[in-house]
Amino acid sequence: MAKVTMTVNGRQVSGHCDDRTLLVQFIRENLGLTGTHVGCDTTQCGACVIHMDGKSVKSCSILAAQAAGSTITTIEGLAADGELHPVQAAFKANHGLQCGFCTPGMVMTAVDMIRRHQGQLDEATVRAELEGNICRCTGYHNVVKAILAAAAEMGGARVAAE
Amino acid sequence: MGVEGIGARVARKEDKRFLTGKGRYTDDMSVPGMKYAVFVRSPHAHAKILKVDATAARGMPGVIGVLDGKQLLADGIGNLICGWMIHSKDGTPMKMGAWRPLAHETVRYVGDAVAIVVADSVAEARDAAEAVVVDYQELPVVIDASTALKAGQPQIHPEAPGNLIFDWQIGDEAATDKAMAAATHVTEVEIHNNRLSPNAMEPRAALGIYDAGDDHYTCYTTSQNPHVARLVMSAFYNVAPENKLRVIAPDVGGGFGSKIYIYPEEIVCLWASKRTGVPVKWTSDRTEAFLTDAHGRDHVSKVKMGFDANNRIIGLKVDTIANLGAYMSLFSSCVPTYLYATLLSGQYDIPAIHANVRTVYTNTAPVDAYRGAGRPEATYLLERTMETAARELGVSPAELRRANFIRSFPHQTPVIMNYDAGDYEASLNAAMQASDWNGFAVRKAEAERRGMKRGIGMSCYIEACGLAPSAAVGSLGAGVGLWESAEVRVNAVGTIEVMTGSHSHGQGHETTFAQLVADRFGVPIDSVNIVHGDTDKVQMGMGTYGSRSGAVGMSAVAKALDKVEAKAKKIAAHLMEADESDIVIENGELKVAGTDKAVPWFQMALAAYTAHNLPAGMEPGLKEGAFYDPSNFTFPAGCYICEVEVDPETGRTKIIQFVAADDFGNIINPMIVEGQVHGGIAQGIGQALLEGVHYDPSGQLLTASYMDYAMPRADDLPSFQVSTSNTPCPGNPLGVKGCGEAGAIGSPPALINAITDAIGNNALTMPATPHKVWAAINAAN
Repeated sequence: MAKVTMTVNGRQVSGHCDDRTLLVQFIRENLGLTGTHVGCDTTQCGACVIHMDGKSVKSCSILAAQAAGSTITTIEGLAADGELHPVQAAFKANHGLQCGFCTPGMVMTAVDMIRRHQGQLDEATVRAELEGNICRCTGYHNVVKAILAAAAEMGGARVAAE
Repeated sequence: MGVEGIGARVARKEDKRFLTGKGRYTDDMSVPGMKYAVFVRSPHAHAKILKVDATAARGMPGVIGVLDGKQLLADGIGNLICGWMIHSKDGTPMKMGAWRPLAHETVRYVGDAVAIVVADSVAEARDAAEAVVVDYQELPVVIDASTALKAGQPQIHPEAPGNLIFDWQIGDEAATDKAMAAATHVTEVEIHNNRLSPNAMEPRAALGIYDAGDDHYTCYTTSQNPHVARLVMSAFYNVAPENKLRVIAPDVGGGFGSKIYIYPEEIVCLWASKRTGVPVKWTSDRTEAFLTDAHGRDHVSKVKMGFDANNRIIGLKVDTIANLGAYMSLFSSCVPTYLYATLLSGQYDIPAIHANVRTVYTNTAPVDAYRGAGRPEATYLLERTMETAARELGVSPAELRRANFIRSFPHQTPVIMNYDAGDYEASLNAAMQASDWNGFAVRKAEAERRGMKRGIGMSCYIEACGLAPSAAVGSLGAGVGLWESAEVRVNAVGTIEVMTGSHSHGQGHETTFAQLVADRFGVPIDSVNIVHGDTDKVQMGMGTYGSRSGAVGMSAVAKALDKVEAKAKKIAAHLMEADESDIVIENGELKVAGTDKAVPWFQMALAAYTAHNLPAGMEPGLKEGAFYDPSNFTFPAGCYICEVEVDPETGRTKIIQFVAADDFGNIINPMIVEGQVHGGIAQGIGQALLEGVHYDPSGQLLTASYMDYAMPRADDLPSFQVSTSNTPCPGNPLGVKGCGEAGAIGSPPALINAITDAIGNNALTMPATPHKVWAAINAAN
């Protein structure tokens, strides 16, 4: 058991965990933030994506101890003052989610994607960037549409889907 | 329709919690004292269990208990069963082998559960599970259904000699043979429908809580039908009587059929909670999901389709072998029979059809319904055969289909189904127009100049949804009725709760069911709550599968709304001293037609509960329930067209466009319907291009992770062009047909027809991987 301290959604938190504890387990079990999901065992599905020091990371692919001292944002920390983040709002407006299980990872990936491309996204780029996030419900059609809409709102997309 | 009523494109009420991480899935549940379970599973596909030794495991850190199949048997927990009786053509009942929730004598597939370990943490449970020593005596293995039927193959269940579960038929064999003999052309094909893993993104999970004080059990579980789970666990598995067992299916992260069934894990977690005295939570990892979630499809069929001199189909003969895996899952028997062979008429007027289906045990995971369930198998078979016939006859595939369409309704097929309404030509024309079918030759020539092979393919599908008329399915062997229930509770301030037996796991019922109420009473959807997924809150229900929630679940709501409306009008008429036949409900008010007299909805509701001034003899309150039993299946249909380019150097297929033109009857929320079609098409494209479950000859699953099983990803798919041309369903009060499965049913043959058109070789099986396509191109050359 080791004590791990990090900043999560703006608050400093500490917890004791096994050395082998994954960051996603620490977030879900120690912190009770269950919005971050586990959909596979092989870092393929992306349901566990969070932001670590401003970059999207699959929280199943690193140990909690490796995240000590870092600044983490989870899906619970994205909406400010009860207002949906533009990416969350775009997912809702464009029906970019169905069962909702992959959605937190999709949204966190999308936020980072839009940031890295400064909102300059087209459909092919969004689809290529989403390769690490699996959704079984939507066929990605409306996820892509939502991300392009959010990018347009946040930074101006060059090409809109449809 | 109003801005939130029937037909409105309303954004979903449930989205906010999913988008902000506030969804509550089974694995998110936590109760005081809860411990974690890991299952010890068979590493062998077929073996005798000689001994289970948990001595070392019990002494491991954090371990609360290790329980095995002998203890489960001693406590009287029953066998898992298949709930649909099928009789072979010789009149004998299907041969159901025993499926123990924890095997204690024989394991029959890799992943078969043998013991459960309960510990303080998942990691400690996993460590201890590794330390459980099981002595196995390996037995010979068979994984392929056709092979399993041959003489001298391993015998999987003593109850089923030769591994044959049933040998069933439908239709008139003599009439079909006669038609075939008279045919001027017979198209013969062998059709393989590949085995798939459903892969809902939320892995299955169960939390069993035994309360010794009340001798009561609570089960949180990833279920599409919690009431069915309670019924089956009570009536057949002897877990607890219904009044002592509460089943809650909270937010569920996708189902696609795989969460219909009651699996060993939820039964064992409930039992283990009583045995160990702690709440027990189990969550599947993805490899466990690949190993143990019921798979779908896995048919091999021989098909003969006979035509007369005018290219009219005069007969269809089908011989199918269906692999049901190591055990008969809950609805496994009805999928390759009544959900499959009854759809073999497709959209076509075929006077004579005969189908024979043999189902077979193998040493693989159980096979049951996966999105579409039988109907994708029928559609793929029929639409590949039609395409092949068109090529053999030298006619346009569109015109061959058009010439054979059913054009008058109702239409009785030779295989039970009575189609109530449809317009197949309308969807064919819509799809051909949207895809610019007639301009294809120009695009193909342009592609050829770039060295690419371009192809176009179509598929005209029909499905039977709205499962199902209870008496009819009862006469066909179903162990349950397939009605649905609803209760509408109007609160004293006029807000409304709707209890439904349907279960939403992505379909958006919290929005669409509320739209129904908003449409009826003119109240905002925010004042309507849809309650589902808890056997303590909803009395009874049959759950969500087979695209039944609109046609059956919503019809039950509509029926309950009729009763609420009638009583509300009586109350309002009394308050306004008017005749109840003059009361109309508009914009949240009950009005006397033709006057300015009105009572707001909330005031009528308050009057119902104060009961100070009600009509003489009327009971206080405003709450009505209804059970709705459909009179027929519903018959969504449509036409899908896919255009592809194949790179002859690599065999890689690129989808250029995918067009869907569907007939779903009336539509409650077009945005949600389109989403269902998108998702279904993606799964169909997955089946046709990417996905396939593979076992090696020893029964080891080779495709047990996302690194080995090719799930469709965003960069594998195009955006889709979807549209509808709808004929209302005459069989239910809302005129809806269902849209949940269409995409997965209609798309695989359109894609394979397109690829085979492109490469000029019809011999191609799913999934059409680059290697297979490349080989087919070279074989054709």
